[in-house]
Amino acid sequence: MSLSTVPSEHRLNEHEPGHDQHVSTTVYGSALAVADIPRFEMAEDEMPARVAARFVHDELLMDGTPALNLASFVTTYMEEEAEKLMVENLSKNFIDVEEYPACGEIETRCVNMIARLFNAPLNDPNAEALGVSTIGSSEAIILSVLAAKRRWQNARKAAGKPWDKPNLVMNAAVQVCWEKAARYLEVEERYWYCTPDRYIIDPKEAVDLVDENTIMVCAILGSTYTGEYEDVKTLNDLLAAKNEKEGLDVHIHVDAASGGFVAPFVNPQLEWDFRVPLVCSINVSGHKYGLAYAGVGWALWREKKFLPEEILFTVNYLGSPQVSFTLNFSKSAVQVIGQYYQLLRLGKSGYRAIMTNLTKTADFLADAVAGVQGGQKFVIMSKKGGDGLPLVAWRLKNKEHYDEFAIARHLRSRGWIVPAYTMAPHTESLKLLRVVVREDFSRHRCETFLRDLNEAVKFLDQTPPEVIEHLKQAVQPRARHAHNPGKSSKSTGKHGHGHHGRHEKHSLQGKHGKTHGIC
Amino acid sequence: MPLAKHVKPDDILKQSRDHVTHSHGLTKSDPSQTQSGYAARYGTAPVPKYKIPSTGTDANATYQLIHDELSLDGSPLLNLASFVHTWMPKEADQLMIENMSKNLIDQDEYPMTQIIHTRCISMLADLWHAPSVHSAVGTATTGSSEAIQLGGLAMKRIWQEKRKAAGKSIHEPGPNIVMGANAQVALEKFARYFEVECRLVPISVESKYRLDPKKAMDYVDENTIGVFVILGSTYTGHYEPVKEMSDLLDEYEAKTGHFVPIHVDGASGAFVAPFANPKLSWDFSLPRVVSINTSGHKFGLAYVGVGWVVWRDKAHLPKDLIFELHYLGSVEYSFSLNFSRPAAPIIAQYFNLIHLGFKGYRDVALNDLKNARLLSRALERSGYYTVLSDIHRQVPSAGGVLEGAKKIAGIDETNVESYEPGLPVVAFRFSDDFKAKYPDVQQKWIQTLLRAKGWIVPNYELAPGLDQVEILRVVVRENMTESLIDRLVTDLIEITEGLKKENSPTHALAILGRKSAAHKADGSADHPPSKPNSGTYAKPC
Repeated sequence: MSLSTVPSEHRLNEHEPGHDQHVSTTVYGSALAVADIPRFEMAEDEMPARVAARFVHDELLMDGTPALNLASFVTTYMEEEAEKLMVENLSKNFIDVEEYPACGEIETRCVNMIARLFNAPLNDPNAEALGVSTIGSSEAIILSVLAAKRRWQNARKAAGKPWDKPNLVMNAAVQVCWEKAARYLEVEERYWYCTPDRYIIDPKEAVDLVDENTIMVCAILGSTYTGEYEDVKTLNDLLAAKNEKEGLDVHIHVDAASGGFVAPFVNPQLEWDFRVPLVCSINVSGHKYGLAYAGVGWALWREKKFLPEEILFTVNYLGSPQVSFTLNFSKSAVQVIGQYYQLLRLGKSGYRAIMTNLTKTADFLADAVAGVQGGQKFVIMSKKGGDGLPLVAWRLKNKEHYDEFAIARHLRSRGWIVPAYTMAPHTESLKLLRVVVREDFSRHRCETFLRDLNEAVKFLDQTPPEVIEHLKQAVQPRARHAHNPGKSSKSTGKHGHGHHGRHEKHSLQGKHGKTHGIC
Repeated sequence: MPLAKHVKPDDILKQSRDHVTHSHGLTKSDPSQTQSGYAARYGTAPVPKYKIPSTGTDANATYQLIHDELSLDGSPLLNLASFVHTWMPKEADQLMIENMSKNLIDQDEYPMTQIIHTRCISMLADLWHAPSVHSAVGTATTGSSEAIQLGGLAMKRIWQEKRKAAGKSIHEPGPNIVMGANAQVALEKFARYFEVECRLVPISVESKYRLDPKKAMDYVDENTIGVFVILGSTYTGHYEPVKEMSDLLDEYEAKTGHFVPIHVDGASGAFVAPFANPKLSWDFSLPRVVSINTSGHKFGLAYVGVGWVVWRDKAHLPKDLIFELHYLGSVEYSFSLNFSRPAAPIIAQYFNLIHLGFKGYRDVALNDLKNARLLSRALERSGYYTVLSDIHRQVPSAGGVLEGAKKIAGIDETNVESYEPGLPVVAFRFSDDFKAKYPDVQQKWIQTLLRAKGWIVPNYELAPGLDQVEILRVVVRENMTESLIDRLVTDLIEITEGLKKENSPTHALAILGRKSAAHKADGSADHPPSKPNSGTYAKPC
């Protein structure tokens, strides 16, 4: 038997690695847990993957719950199987078709399915529809405006007429990307303005705005404010007459970002798509009612003549030339795969079942909101029964000592994100609240929401005006502060942080105080 | 991605299927009810390709179906053609899964994601020596294409404002932009879509296959909105000389009074140079550099779907391009071509920035470069190949006592400072000696034969000016380890030697291939006689 030594504390400590960051019981036992997380400069040293992932995960708990976000059209639920597929393909670069041919094939199939869903003409082999996947409707819209502008320019040049003053006719309630497209591509924005009782474009007045410099007219299938569909058919008929009379060649683009995957299932007889002769292009967001996660949209053109040659790039990709028309290049393949999964998985009957359910839930919610306090409180501004998107927009019936924004703030304290808006330009005195009914907003969640809405109204009714004013003041700086992480002196980065307090005057927002619908 | 076209369903398959003459109503089972992926109806029935099926199918079966189809895709690891990163640690995968349903632009709902976005911008501005991290502005993009277009658009608008203020025309003769002919397609796309004349400076062997600043000056005039300088040519990995360009433009400004800014396209290099060659002067430390873009999904080591653009200060980002959005009590500013899009890639980028830190990124960059040197030297030593990239060539020593001492002691081969700076890219071609001996052997066959072994190594012509030269290119990414280099070199040499032997099967194949290529060229080509190439080539990136 040998003697065992009992080492002194001193000797033990000599060999101990100390409270070293790389040796720890758990993430939170490491020295890193008591140090500041790198925020504005990269740290000099590495951090173990497990620790870094946990810290980022924890930070992200500050984000809202996607399911309680009733503001957004963007899909927040997909089946596990779809998620698994997406994870498997995270490392694939969508545009690398040479390496990932199956992804390219899947895009083609999606374009075909969606083009047929929108009744693209199939009878003429010389005039086949074309389409492309995009990151979202913004990219799709910028591409469509670019194509229309170039086509118009070419026609003007060929006719020997001036081509430096293109314009675009649209409803002032358009989504901000239309303004962007016009601004960045230097096209004049020519608006039809909403009136207190009409929020969707008046076809006659819109056509009156058209002249020889109009590159196209935009029709919105599903206003982001009230969800109403614009009357594409009538617009077409009036525009056709004007084209005939004045020798113009103006076409219609349908912004079906939200409605493109709703109308064909809920309201199949509504003519808004390629059945309407003057519709030259359509965009739709796959990540809205297409039921895929954020990052996929679609742009479709009736036929090749709407896509001038010079904006298409023939890309020589490892010996296989392909025609490309996009603003982005490398991008993730998973969202397109997610879209194909949904198209295959659900089929028309599946989409129909979901969209019909959503419409029913929206109708139920609209009736319930209209019935608050015996029908004396709210006015519903959206359509029911599938005549618009499955959303409910409403405003206060009478002048109260609180406004729609106060209701939104109160609902937020219960976890619900319900946006309050001021309406489009010229109707900006109107305020409204909007709930988007998405796939994961089921009937029972709807009932919980109604309970909270009723309580919010009751609470506000009983709250003195001074308190409401105080709450309003208290919320605003906080919302701002949220964007200035930590020390406000270090608020760099996100463009415009330095612009706080500056209000741009060039957009509809700047000129009219229009709030943009979240989409 | 290509513009997809309607394709007629395959008639042959249709004719070849079992024809069901009459259905047995009583015994018919509904195949869409089957739970098993393969026993379900798509085991034998055609997968819906062009129309949404009228009824759906089980989630399980759908998963299996798409999963199997996607297995026809290549292996991202063996794709040596692409700069795009293909591996992240599983912790990062997990983070991305958790955040898959988040929409980046919904700042009101996802404030923390927004804060993370801000932090990334700050870290990049700091890394690139922005004069003040407080005033630099920037945004995440889907990739460098969007970033470059935003950078270009800002320069165009500033030029327009200046012209208008000076009472000069903005249409006659209109703006132009100057860049090397080796520019990636996105740079040319910007010019075409935003109506800016694209002035491509031809490349030459002397200019190291990239922008020659002196030549570029011939293209600069008062209507030049800026110069795109590429940090890391996609052809050969050479960094373009930002400093030299900047100095020449300084001279030009002193002479003419025209301020011509520089936008650095650091798609690949902006995440390599600061770590591998911190002394290199290319970033905001040069006052003329007004904006920089990079791809987070290249050497930023995140999965595909994240790029960045940063302006040195607000003054270089015209206000009328920025849109102010008001949501529930919060104000957002937006300058982007995309709107709704996934937040997960940005989160992955932040994960990398804090996980790796400066040291981690430096280690990765140095490893990449070391392996690239190994490959370069091995190819040169084989005698079959000439290497066009220069990262394995030692810089001529500047003299001095220290340098002299180094020379005596032998140069430190492991020190990255001893070599020409550049991307970890190896561009090579058949040596002149080999070509003289075996004029029959075509270089493009190396691409095909490597493909048969699973490697993707592209063979293509250099940019205009040198487009008669074909090169093979290997991008050495993080997961291209020494053992893979070992395999690649072995396979390359085996293939080259096979081509060389008159009686080997691969040689016969080469001859055959040449015949069929010649046949294709006359008339009935697969691809229609495409219009003359636009100038730049899109290379996998």
